[in-house]
Amino acid sequence: MSEREAMDFDVVIVGGGPAGLAAAIRMRQLAPEATVCLIEKGSEIGAHIVSGAVIEPRALEELLPDWRDLDSPIQTAVSEEEMYFLTETKGHRIPALDRVMPHLANHGNYVVSLGEVCRWLATRAEEMGVEIYPGFAGAEVLIENNRVVGVATGDMGITREGEHGPNYAPGMELRAKYTLFAEGCRGSLTKRVMAHYDLRKGVDPQTYGLGVKEVWEIPPEKHRPGLVMHSFGWPLDDRTYGGAWLYHFGENLVSYGFVTGLDYENTWLSPFDEMQRTKLHPVFRPHFEGGRRLIYGARALSEGGLQSIPRLTFPGGALIGDSAGFLNTPKIKGTHTAMKSGMLAAEAVVEALATDRVEPGSFTQRVRTSWLYEELKSARNVRPAFARWGMKAGALYAGFDAMVLRGKAPWTLHFRHSDNETLQPASLSEPISYPKPDGTVTFDKLSSVFLSNTNHAEDQPVHLHVENMPLWKTVNWDVFRSPESRYCPAGVYEVASQETDPRLVINAQNCVHCKTCDIKDPAQNIDWVTPEGGGGPNYPAGM
Amino acid sequence: MKILVPVKRVVDYNIKVRVKSDGTGVETAGLKMSMNPFDEITVEEAVRLREKGAATEVIAVSIGVQQAQDTLRTALAMGADRAILVLSEESPEPLAVAKILKALVEREKPELVFLGKQAIDDDMNATGQMLAGLLGWPQGTFASKVELVDGRLEVAREIDGGTETVSLTLPAIVTADLRLNEPRYASLPNIMKAKKKPMETLQADDLGVDTTRRLTTVSVSEPPTRKAGVKLNSVAELVEKLRNEAKVI
Repeated sequence: MSEREAMDFDVVIVGGGPAGLAAAIRMRQLAPEATVCLIEKGSEIGAHIVSGAVIEPRALEELLPDWRDLDSPIQTAVSEEEMYFLTETKGHRIPALDRVMPHLANHGNYVVSLGEVCRWLATRAEEMGVEIYPGFAGAEVLIENNRVVGVATGDMGITREGEHGPNYAPGMELRAKYTLFAEGCRGSLTKRVMAHYDLRKGVDPQTYGLGVKEVWEIPPEKHRPGLVMHSFGWPLDDRTYGGAWLYHFGENLVSYGFVTGLDYENTWLSPFDEMQRTKLHPVFRPHFEGGRRLIYGARALSEGGLQSIPRLTFPGGALIGDSAGFLNTPKIKGTHTAMKSGMLAAEAVVEALATDRVEPGSFTQRVRTSWLYEELKSARNVRPAFARWGMKAGALYAGFDAMVLRGKAPWTLHFRHSDNETLQPASLSEPISYPKPDGTVTFDKLSSVFLSNTNHAEDQPVHLHVENMPLWKTVNWDVFRSPESRYCPAGVYEVASQETDPRLVINAQNCVHCKTCDIKDPAQNIDWVTPEGGGGPNYPAGM
Repeated sequence: MKILVPVKRVVDYNIKVRVKSDGTGVETAGLKMSMNPFDEITVEEAVRLREKGAATEVIAVSIGVQQAQDTLRTALAMGADRAILVLSEESPEPLAVAKILKALVEREKPELVFLGKQAIDDDMNATGQMLAGLLGWPQGTFASKVELVDGRLEVAREIDGGTETVSLTLPAIVTADLRLNEPRYASLPNIMKAKKKPMETLQADDLGVDTTRRLTTVSVSEPPTRKAGVKLNSVAELVEKLRNEAKVI
């Protein structure tokens, strides 16, 4: 430990997504003297960003009022919007969308590549004096006298066996008066901090979704910039939450993806294959014909909303963005809420810096009195309604909640289960037969992962820790027939010798850092930790 | 001994590139860029020579757009002492690069110019050789081992079926092959310290060099995609297909 170098900052931010970058910018706006350091495990800012994304510019408007003059990649305004309920062969367009699903009224919003938006925000932040270091993973939370005093980056050059390799370089301690965790959904350090300070006490379990995404380039004559489509219903059964999106944006680009609620029950379900087969539906298929697929990626997201947000602060720091779970699920948007939470946390930190407080406690109050809270409060009953009553009844409730109650229901619906508790045994789950990839519109997992530009230095310890392998055999294999080999969108998990002596094979180098295994593993036996910094996907512009 | 190490900013080796839809080149907008891997090897070797006391100063130089300064920062973080950025168009062709480097050699007077054998974007494998020709210096290309022995450089070269060792008088040009070394990480503390190392910016025109392009790209296309295989049921069917479809027997 003693060989590690250390550096002191006023604020260290872990994660270069919209929340972390907004917090960094706000810090320097309010306290130009404060030293702010931001680390990002991706090889560059944006390398690990996956989102639809239709973004609402509300928080950005507050953060950088002149953003339109700053050469931003936020260019495609939403122009048309369509929502479909799908059956296997038909798509029923939902009429009067802005009244039935007012959360989804996208007028004034933009279709973007969120990775590009993050790169642009990072440039703004650097201009303002934020020190940004991509390629370095926060691997350890530093806690002294029960206060978080920063993080340490991971060691580099550790061999698979855990020895120091010839290029070994020790990690570095980034010490800070306040540390903001902006790791996105299911952050690995956030998980440690939540456990240490028992931050989830008294709140609902978090519930998650897995988004699997592709970016396509399509013929110019088919491109309708600003077209936003969503679907629900087929191919998922009524008990499974989820649906597809398809957005036209940029230069002949199409963002397509599928979110599956990770509280799904059928162990045979494969979110990747649901995404693939939905492309074949007549509502979507014509958009892909004649096009070519450019990028593939996947990422989990937090869907619990207000009821699932943990205590936000602890001695020495705070949780922001999707690390805390600020996504607005009915709206299918989390960028503006993530940014707003980062900005509010920065304001609280500036106050704590000035008054030398241990905990930036005013963050919670600032959230409560902001539009962020109002928004999440009015949306709070929609996702749990789906969890309780299924897709059709849930959708009816959502319409009722929006049109009659206007989000002001006097009750709050709660989540009863963690996503790892909902899976049914293989013997009780109905097998699903997915169509074979056709190589034109639909593809297999491996050729998909190839398009995520994923790479991990070969000789390093496996970063997906199965804590107890015998338990994998008795639970994951004997009861559920290895759900990880289906829910993992990157083909990390495979079972060898299925007939004779089933063994779990972990192809960690394929991992796209979506965190689904950490969430969905029935016995919570898989722990996702950060691999060597710079590893993981390298999502290019357009993602 | 001063060492000049040219480093090129290229599309990162992990990125799968695609041809632009109009076939004029490879799409590079918005892709992750990194130091050419062969240049990482030369930076490493030059820094090792300095650490061993065989060299006094390592100067990294990059020729290209403003963002090439990130590549130079990486070289500084790996241990180069200072950096020179020569602003020009993106990815100038080898002869222009060699001419700019010649002008820098005349200014900096290094005894060794240590280049990667090729850049992974255009795979030209030409700049080192051209520079040696322009300067009239000896060259040791495709080096897998470099040693300073009694004021001469012994360079083991990778050739077909083995290695060839040449002995060069200084000043000299060496180009590095893959097996020369395994470059170190640019560690976080060193990246932070590198921000304080000197970096000079020049314009290609100020060096009095004609960088007009002499090469024209006619077209760029992707390799043909492999057709899916078919399963045959009998040897007879295979023979039939080989004869009538593939027409190879």
